[in-house]
This record gives sequence, structure tokens and C-alpha cells, in this order.
Amino acid sequence: MVAEKPSKKLFAVKLRVWRQAGPSAPGAFVEYSLNTVNPDMSFLEMLDVLNDDLTMKGEEPVAFAHDCREGICGTCSCTINGKPHGPGQGVATCQVYMRAYRDGDVITIEPFRAKAFPIIKDLVVDRSAFDKIQQAGGYITARAGSAPDANAIPVPKGDADLAMDAAQCIGCGACVAACKNASAMLFVAAKVGHLGVLPQGQAERDRRVLAMVSTMDSLGFGSCTNQYECSAACPKLISHDFIARMNRDYMGASFRQMFKAEAASTGGGAG
Amino acid sequence: MATLDSKIPAGPLAEKWRKHKVDMKLVNPANKRKYEVIVVGAGLAGASAASSLADLGYKVKNFVFHDSPRRAHSIAAQGGINAAKNYQNDGDSVYRLFYDTLKGGDYRAREANVHRLAEVSVNIIDQCAALGVPFAREYGGLLANRSFGGAQVSRTFYARGQTGQQLLLGAYSSLSRTVGQGLVELHTHSEMLDLVVVDGHAKGIIVRDLITGAITRHSADAVILATGGYGNVFNLATYARGSNTTAIWRAYKRGACFANPCYTQIHPTCIPVSGDYQSKLTLMSESLRNDGRIWVPKKKEDRLKKPSEIPEADRDYYLERIYPSFGNLCPRDVASRAAKRMCDEGRGVGESGLGVYLDFADAINRLGENGVRERYGNLFDIYHEITAESAYKQPMRIYPAVHYTMGGLWVDYNLMSNVPGLFVLGEANFSDHGANRLGASALMQGLADGYFVIPYTIGDYLAGQKPGSRPSTDRAEFKQAEENVSSMNKRFLASKGKEPVSHFHKRLGKIMWEHCGMARTKASLEEALKLIPALREEFHANVKVPGSADTLNQSLEQAGRVADFIELGELLCRDALTREESCGGHFREEHQWPDGECKRDDEKFAHVAAWEFQGDGKTPLRNTEPLNYEFTKMSVRSYK
Ligand SMILES: Cc1cc2nc3c(=O)[nH]c(=O)nc-3n(C[C@H](O)[C@H](O)[C@H](O)COP(=O)(O)OP(=O)(O)OC[C@H]3O[C@@H](n4cnc5c(N)ncnc54)[C@H](O)[C@@H]3O)c2cc1C
Ligand code: FES
Repeated sequence: MVAEKPSKKLFAVKLRVWRQAGPSAPGAFVEYSLNTVNPDMSFLEMLDVLNDDLTMKGEEPVAFAHDCREGICGTCSCTINGKPHGPGQGVATCQVYMRAYRDGDVITIEPFRAKAFPIIKDLVVDRSAFDKIQQAGGYITARAGSAPDANAIPVPKGDADLAMDAAQCIGCGACVAACKNASAMLFVAAKVGHLGVLPQGQAERDRRVLAMVSTMDSLGFGSCTNQYECSAACPKLISHDFIARMNRDYMGASFRQMFKAEAASTGGGAG
Repeated sequence: MATLDSKIPAGPLAEKWRKHKVDMKLVNPANKRKYEVIVVGAGLAGASAASSLADLGYKVKNFVFHDSPRRAHSIAAQGGINAAKNYQNDGDSVYRLFYDTLKGGDYRAREANVHRLAEVSVNIIDQCAALGVPFAREYGGLLANRSFGGAQVSRTFYARGQTGQQLLLGAYSSLSRTVGQGLVELHTHSEMLDLVVVDGHAKGIIVRDLITGAITRHSADAVILATGGYGNVFNLATYARGSNTTAIWRAYKRGACFANPCYTQIHPTCIPVSGDYQSKLTLMSESLRNDGRIWVPKKKEDRLKKPSEIPEADRDYYLERIYPSFGNLCPRDVASRAAKRMCDEGRGVGESGLGVYLDFADAINRLGENGVRERYGNLFDIYHEITAESAYKQPMRIYPAVHYTMGGLWVDYNLMSNVPGLFVLGEANFSDHGANRLGASALMQGLADGYFVIPYTIGDYLAGQKPGSRPSTDRAEFKQAEENVSSMNKRFLASKGKEPVSHFHKRLGKIMWEHCGMARTKASLEEALKLIPALREEFHANVKVPGSADTLNQSLEQAGRVADFIELGELLCRDALTREESCGGHFREEHQWPDGECKRDDEKFAHVAAWEFQGDGKTPLRNTEPLNYEFTKMSVRSYK
């Protein structure tokens, strides 16, 4: 039984939506008016309504990325009126509700823009660069079956909480889209921070940060100039403190690596 | 007639798995590289399987329709994962977890499977902690637990309200490692659209690249499906929008039996529907029932009053009244049906009348607002975001919604379907939860299957396949399957209809919810079995799919998935109609005790119903696998 809620007043908005047929096709904004917006609708439900209208008119609907629609899978990725994930704080596109808008509003909707995130179609971008960074080192090596009892390694609650603060990253890429240099530092720092504060993560700590940072650099992400737009746009509000922490890790690891290389070339350190 | 040999090992319950591990054949390490295994899906089940098999030395190809394995629907699980660690010293044990799960499933699961699940649960926590999953901790640094979903011991491990996310990211990290090491070939944005069966064995799949539209053939020595649940057959559900039944449905049409499709779980605590445009329902974690009290007004006339204007004496805390020993913590199916009964009596709250209150006033008095915020802050925020109401000031309104599917492809003890070489893991199989799943047990099952069961059992199958004998993709079976897929897409794009795919999905959802939802009757199911075939015809005649097949085309993707949902919906209703009893999530109004509880019929229905496809438009065949309870007594489930 789907219950109707009759009492809500519907309103009208004008949408300016980025349409681009494919990766190498030219793109442009196209305007649409939508007159039946319910304030309780989510932003993506509003796009659903637009798409059903377009389909019935025989036009191609707007391609947009989405899945969980509750702010956890990191799939949705619209820049709304210039802001990645739109007007809210600490929310993803799918958690924006139309009650944030008023009758007559003009809403501009674009994909997340960054060199490392090429546009696939309309509002959908390719974020596989993030997977590549993870593949380079975003893990603790522990084969199934090899683990000791979980309580054998106590983790101070503060460390576990800090790790969790970083681990919450949903991998959406808003940090990259918000950064004027399109840097992926917050994303990488969150993973390096999560695994680096835990005792389990120590064995691969140096290797991890070096591999992830160099892969990030090779994939066309820009460098960080400490503006912290990333944290402000992050749907999980992950703190830029993790970037400072990663910079320290990176320096330490680079130094140790240099030292090791030197020791190896002078014949020391073997044994 | 399919052969359904459960292959349950003989011997005492607690010895079966250990003994089976010794008895199974092994593949010698030098040969492992010669076997290729396809894993479809990278949720908890798929990601853990893919990386574990790669670490063993098999060549693994992993396919997901998502743009990254990290987006699988497992990411959304909130509450936690069970394990019989007994870290709390509160009387838990492997046996107790086994018993609770079996009883919770209303004695419709296999004893041996459930016991194995409870046994390996302890290893899962070890594995996840080693991978760096930031589980909640006590001040002493040891792991914290909570009681969850009707359990009387605290055996649930959690990571804030994001347990599924953290477990998935753990599994994803191992998968990423093995991809980086070149042990797994990862195909994202790649949707499996058919299974290829050669000489009776599953030997490959047909895949569409969702970005380029290219259709490709892939052969392997074995195929694993870990493609999640089919709850979106109801359209509105707590699932991610993309979750679908296509992989297992198309495998069904290639001969794999579909077991117990009618066992669907309806979760009691979701945010009620607000309008016709709605695309999904949001779960409010069950953990809220630890501190929230559920009630409706005693008098119908009060239902639209502000809750604060209804005095204590006029409130009916119905779960506490009907189930004094479990109260607000009774199992999901019991709590959901009770909410429905209250609303059917006309006492439901909110404009639609389809809601009950979940009230935190007592908890706030006891713990203070901050105490409550500490425990449930993120959930209260979600509720506020969606409804614009503060649950600190007024009770939440909640209503049941479809949340999980216990049914799925039939598998034996080795997790192999009746099609040799086709394995099914996680929510996609039917194996461990019987007619009802307990909270925090799906994450456990997904990881058990992937980390600790399939690495052993797949070897037993592969050892019997000659290395290097996998068929070439030039074979007729591959060609035929590929043509099947392309012609289906062509038909959709050529259809001259008028309605978008979503229109049909909504209508299917309405039929399912009204006729085959929380309460089912012979009449409602027979009605559904008329409406669904009619909807199917209308869909194929009147659907509009714009665009082309050689680019990203979300309408085309959806069309295929909804076509499958419509067919599955029919099977689900047929299964519900033939199961003339009530058990767990399957409630037939004709079969209830005077107090409204499920009335099982163990004499006639202590079996698995495994449906076998007989061809389009033909009635499928209902095979049965008897369930034998050797070690437990099938008691009547009571939570009073
Ligand atoms: C909101 C919510 C909260 C939950 N909370 C809990 C909880 O607290 N505790 C608990 O134990 N359980 C919980 N569950 C249930 C649990 O999350 C799921 O049952 C479980 O995660 C399913 O895992 P899976 O690996 O089987 O499938 P999924 O995680 O759904 O993964 C499916 C995978 O298959 C891929 N796929 C599917 N079809 C195809 C195809 N045709 N081609 C290619 N790839 C395909 C997808 O890309 C994806 O990678 C919750 C469920 C929901 C909806
Ligand atoms: S759709 Fe999953 S985070 Fe928005």
C-alpha cells in the first residue's frame, strides 16, 4: 500500500543539467522545468521524475550515478549549484531533500569535475583512479585463515575511534571535485590514517604510504595547497588533520627508504 | 526432475565440517594456477571469495555491475555481525548461536549448514580484525559487543552504525591487494546477463560492459555467483536501487533450482512511505529497539493526535504487552506483523495510518539526551534528514519494509547448485537462514561463505575437472547465450511502448506488497498470479526504452532487471501459494494460532521447495528436499 500524503504543496524549479553524450562528445547545459516538486522528495527522486518525463517524451533521460540512496555507497556524485553534493553539510547528493529549495529556484547540476575523473556520460564520471590507488597499497596483508584471535591485539579505544573517523570515507570523490587543484589527498590520507593508527597496520606502514602517494601522483590528481575545501565538501566530514598526519608519515617513510637504499648500496644491512 | 542431494556429511553435528574438510579432495598447488574461476559480485561474499581463492593460487576473474567493488550493497548494513566468541562471558557458545539461528529460522534451514556457520563465525572476527576493521572497543582495548535482533546474549560486533561498510572495505582491501598483485582480473561496470552451461556444467558467463555496451563471453572452470538478494522485486525496499535478481534468475533459466523464493524478510523499523515518487525505504537500525519503546494509541480516535497529547494510560505498548519476556526485542517477523495488526485495527499513526511510534522518551530520561545521542546520534540525524522531524522531541514513526530475502538459488552443503560447477554465496543462495534471518547474521554468512567455506569446497569440485579442460568461448553454447542477450536488448530498444520502466516496477511492487507482503492468503496469491502475467505482457508491449545499446544506457539496464523481477514475482507468489503453512517471514493468514502467531505444518512442509524452470510460459516444477532434524527438536517458536 503506497500512501499518498496530499497536504504537501508542490512547487516548480528550473533545472540546468549538464548533458554530454559520451567521453569525447562536447557537453552543454540543457534547461528543463519541473512543476511537480514535492518538498519531501529527495534530490535524486526529483531527477527520477524528470527522467520519467523525458522518457515519455521520447528523449533520453539524464544519466546519473546512484545506488544506496542513503549516503553510504559513495556512488552519487553531482555538483549542485557549484557545490559537490549540494547545499547540505556532511551529506551526499542522495541525502539532499527538495525542501532545501523554493518555488522558482534555478538549480544547476553538473558532474564532479576533475582531470582524473573523466566524464562517461551526462552526470556520470569514471572514478576508477581511486580503485587503482587502493590496489597500490590500501590494505593490510592478511590471508584468510592466518589471523590470530581478535582480542590478542588490544587496540586503545582512542586509536580505534580515530581509525574509524578516517575509515568512514565513502570514496565518492567530492574532495577531489571541491579542490581547485583536484587533489586526492583527503581520500588517500583517510585510508593511510585508518590503517596507520592501528597496530595491525604497522608492518606495511611505510610501504603503504609511499605506494599510495606515488600512484596518486601518477594518475593526474593535483597537489594539496592546504585550502581544506575537501573536508568541507566531504559527506562524512573527514578531518584534514589526516592530511597532516599523512605528510608526516610520508616524510618518515621516504627518509627510511632512502636510508635503506643507501645501506643496501654500501653493502650494509644485509644479513 | 532435478537431483537435490544436500551432501550433508555423516557423523555428529559438531564433527561434520571438520571431518568433511579432511575428506574433501585437494587441488595440488602447481595445478591451481591452471584453473580459472569466475566470481560474479564483490559484496561481502564475492569479495571475500575472490581474494581468498586468488591467495590460494586460482586464477580469478571478478565481475561487478558497480563502478567499484566497494559500492556493493553490503556497504549499507548498519547494525553488526554475530560471532560466538563469548567475549562477554554471558553464556554464548557455538551451540547457542547455532540453536538461536536455527530456531530463528523457524526450523526451515539445515542443521549442518547452520552449525558450520556458527563454528566459523569466530574466525571471521579474527580475520576482519587482522585486516584492520575498526570494530568498537572497550577502554581496555578489547572488542565491544552488543545484543542485537532478539538475542539474549551480547554477541554482535559492530563499527558504529556502519558495520557493513567497514567489513566490506576490509574485504575490498584484500580484493584490491590481489588485483594489484595481478592475481584477480577485475571487471567493473560489467553485468552478467547469462550463464553458459556446457555438457551440464557451468563453464562461463555472458557479460555486458555497461559503459560501451560491448557483450563478451568468458569461460572458466567454475562459476561463483555472489550477487546479493532480490528484495527489490517489491520495488520499495531497504535495498540499494541497483540490487537485482538478474544473475540468479538467468541461472535459474539455465537449470539452477530456485529455493524458497517466498521467504522474504520484512524489517519492522523503517521510515514509512511518504509519497508516490518514493524510490526506496530507509532502514532505522534494529539497535534502536534496545532503548526505544514501540506503541500505538489504544483508541483509534487518537491516531492523528500529537503523541505528546496522548497520556500514558491511553498508549498501547503492544510488544511489551503481547510478548512480555522479549518485549520490544522480539524477532523481526513477529514485530513486523504486530505492527501491521495494529494498523489494520485502525490504530496506525501518521497521515497514512501506516506507522507506529518508536519512542525514546524513557531512554532520554534514563540516559539524558546526550547519552541517547552517543548511542544513536547518526540514526536520529538520518531520520531528521528524511522527515524533518526530531526524534529527541517526538517519537519516530516507523513501519515495516522489505529488507532481506532468505530464499535464493538452491545449494548443497558445498554451496554448489544442482548445476555442477555453479556455486552460489551470500544472500543469493538460500542456505542458512531458513524462513527468517536473525539480525547481524547476513554479514556473518556472507563472510563465512567467502572466507571459510568456498576455499575448501571449490577444490573438491575442481579436483574432478581436468586442468586446462575449460571450453573455448567459440562453442555453440557461448554463441547461443550471447545471442540470447543481444536479442533481448534489441527487443527492448525496438519496443514502441509509452511507459518508462519505473512505471512497471512500481506496479509490480504494489502487487507484491498488497498480495504477497506481510500477510498472504490463498485468494490474494491467486489474484497476484493473475495480475503478474498480465503485467508482464503489458510490460513487453508498452515499455519505452530510449537510447541505444552501445553506450551507457540506464533505462536498458533497468528494463532487463525489471523483466526478471516480474518473472521472479510470479514464482515467489506461486511458492507462497503452495506452502500451505506459516513459518518465519512467510505468513499465511489461513495458518495461524488463535493469538495470531505462525502455525507451521511440520508434517507436510518440513522441506525446502526448489523450483525448476520448465520453459517460458510453462509452470515450473516444485522439487523438494526434506529437512531432517537429527540433533534438535522442532519446537514451536515462542517469544512470550
Ligand atoms: C539497509 C540494510 C542494512 C542491513 N544491516 C545488516 C546488519 O546490520 N547485519 C547483517 O548481518 N546484515 C544486514 N543486512 C543484510 C546484509 O547487508 C546483506 O544480506 C549482505 O550484505 C549481502 O551481501 P552479498 O555479498 O550477498 O551481496 P551484495 O553486497 O548485495 O553484493 C552483490 C554484488 O553482486 C554484484 N552483482 C549483482 N548482480 C550482478 C550481475 N548481474 N552482474 C555483475 N555483478 C552483479 C554487485 O555489483 C555487488 O558487487 C542489511 C541489509 C540492508 C538492506
Ligand atoms: S547513492 Fe549511495 S551515497 Fe548516494
